[in-house]
Amino acid sequence: MTTTTVAAPRRLGRAGSFLRDIGLVFGREIRPELRTPIGLIAGMTQPLVFLALFGPLLSGMPGIGESPWQWFVPGNLVMIGVFGTSGAGYHVLVESGGGSLERVLVTPLNRAAMLIGRTLKEAVTLLAQGVLIILAVLPFGFRLHPAGAAAGLALLAVTGIGIGSLSFALALAAKRTPSLFWGVQQTVLFPLLLLSGVLLPADQGPAWLATASRVNPLTYVVEAERALFNGDLTAPAVGYGLLAAAAIAAVGLAAGIRGMRRAAL
Amino acid sequence: MIHTRGLTRHFRVKGGTVEAVRGIDIDVEEGELVAFLGPNGAGKSTSLRMLTTLLPPTAGTATVAGCDIRTDPLGARRRIGYIGQGRGSGDNFRVRDELVFQGRFHGMGRAEARRRADDLLAALELEGLADRTASTLSGGQRRRLDVALGLMHRPELLFLDEPTTGLDPHSRANLWQHILRLRERHGTTIFLTTHYLDEADSMAERVMIIDHGRVIADDTPERLRTDLAGDRVTVTVGKGEAARAAEIAASIPSAHEVTTGHGTPPGTGLPAGPRAEPYGEPDTVTFRVRNGPAVLPELVRALDAAGLWTLATEIRRPTLDDVFLALTGRSLRESDRNQEGA
Repeated sequence: MTTTTVAAPRRLGRAGSFLRDIGLVFGREIRPELRTPIGLIAGMTQPLVFLALFGPLLSGMPGIGESPWQWFVPGNLVMIGVFGTSGAGYHVLVESGGGSLERVLVTPLNRAAMLIGRTLKEAVTLLAQGVLIILAVLPFGFRLHPAGAAAGLALLAVTGIGIGSLSFALALAAKRTPSLFWGVQQTVLFPLLLLSGVLLPADQGPAWLATASRVNPLTYVVEAERALFNGDLTAPAVGYGLLAAAAIAAVGLAAGIRGMRRAAL
Repeated sequence: MIHTRGLTRHFRVKGGTVEAVRGIDIDVEEGELVAFLGPNGAGKSTSLRMLTTLLPPTAGTATVAGCDIRTDPLGARRRIGYIGQGRGSGDNFRVRDELVFQGRFHGMGRAEARRRADDLLAALELEGLADRTASTLSGGQRRRLDVALGLMHRPELLFLDEPTTGLDPHSRANLWQHILRLRERHGTTIFLTTHYLDEADSMAERVMIIDHGRVIADDTPERLRTDLAGDRVTVTVGKGEAARAAEIAASIPSAHEVTTGHGTPPGTGLPAGPRAEPYGEPDTVTFRVRNGPAVLPELVRALDAAGLWTLATEIRRPTLDDVFLALTGRSLRESDRNQEGA
């Protein structure tokens, strides 16, 4: 053997090389998005349709306060988050079907970093979409509370990390049957969204629906977002929302990392 | 470079267990070029996936480039290159980006990865495509990109899973040129799977034939052909003389599968028709034998001494398909077709 070059010994410690791996995975994933940002917009068509065609129907609706935008936009942001990140597993399905996931799995890249880097890309995409939505509704009388909006976006990113990771976990588990992935994703997505009160206040509905809404963690995230975007950073709803988002993120990351570590092709 | 003992992989499927790989022992030394040949579903890819740490074995041990795949998969991943059956590059990514990130995944610095990526783009005739999105490449270009991805970190051992499947003959030849040059320059050990007989025959120095999850032969293509199949010799003699000729042929040591027939064997150039056949419709004797070219003159002399006419002779060198047939009783091509039909 003339060229025994095992990759340069790492001067980084364990944690350093883990962070480096996350950065590399994130860098690879984000690059096509930066090159063709049109994908960013394409990922938010459905929420935009709701914003434009459903939002105006809300004026005068009981239980949502005087401005429909102030009530609907925070929920719409959660909707973007859930729509976009819950489909994130699609990329893993494509990469697994094509062969590039396999190729990367045979590199020394940390498996947990493979998941976290991908999820971070979903979160950053989501933040960009959130900012776009806020800018789009400003001319229509949406009142912006900068500190609350920043906190609201951060909360959204945490939720997105959780749901994105769950989506990756689902895709890794169902990589041989893409239809299963979409079936489960769609079956879970719509009930969760409707029960979270993003479109209409769920507590105005029948008792069973209101109860179901109370056990949906997304409900608390939506309520926290509404408080934050109204500039109410100390509302109790914010604390509950933070807990719910953290729980979604923790469960999602645990499932996703486990899936990636065990990924065998 | 590769050492396995009793490497086994079972898959649980509905209604039972599929024994994809049933305890294989492999020893590949540094610098060898070994082809794993077998029909679809024989266990080639499953074996390769275990060796490349993609799939944990059900039983058995494997050491790859000095690293145990169970206890030190990371060490193995650092030292091996893997070019899978699929497309290694992601559809939405640019050619050069994929190469640079692959290098960086292997611990290279940014500048080093860029330099290496440019070198490989040049070596694999992909220079003009660096900024193209992978999905816009042709099949052959995409395959060369896969090879470049597998070589980024200069692995000492390279695994290729059916590297040329689906390529046109020109791209196949081109890809092989690159692989052989790589080996010449860096002494890289190469382990590949293929179900192309001619490819295993002409490119590999050593062929391991796998069938139903077991290695059933392991030698140089030349020795496999000579030892396991032998040359097929056909001798055309006068009418009614086949039986006696067959007796004489059967007395040659190592002659087997002796059969007799009628008619002019195709391709002998023997003129057809009754006028050209003073002895009437000729008879033929066909048999397999080791080292046909040396045996044939002897046989002709023996036939002559027995007063029999030899009208024509033909020797067909065996292919690896004959080897597979001799070993399993099935043709490799048929096995493939059945697999695909199943």
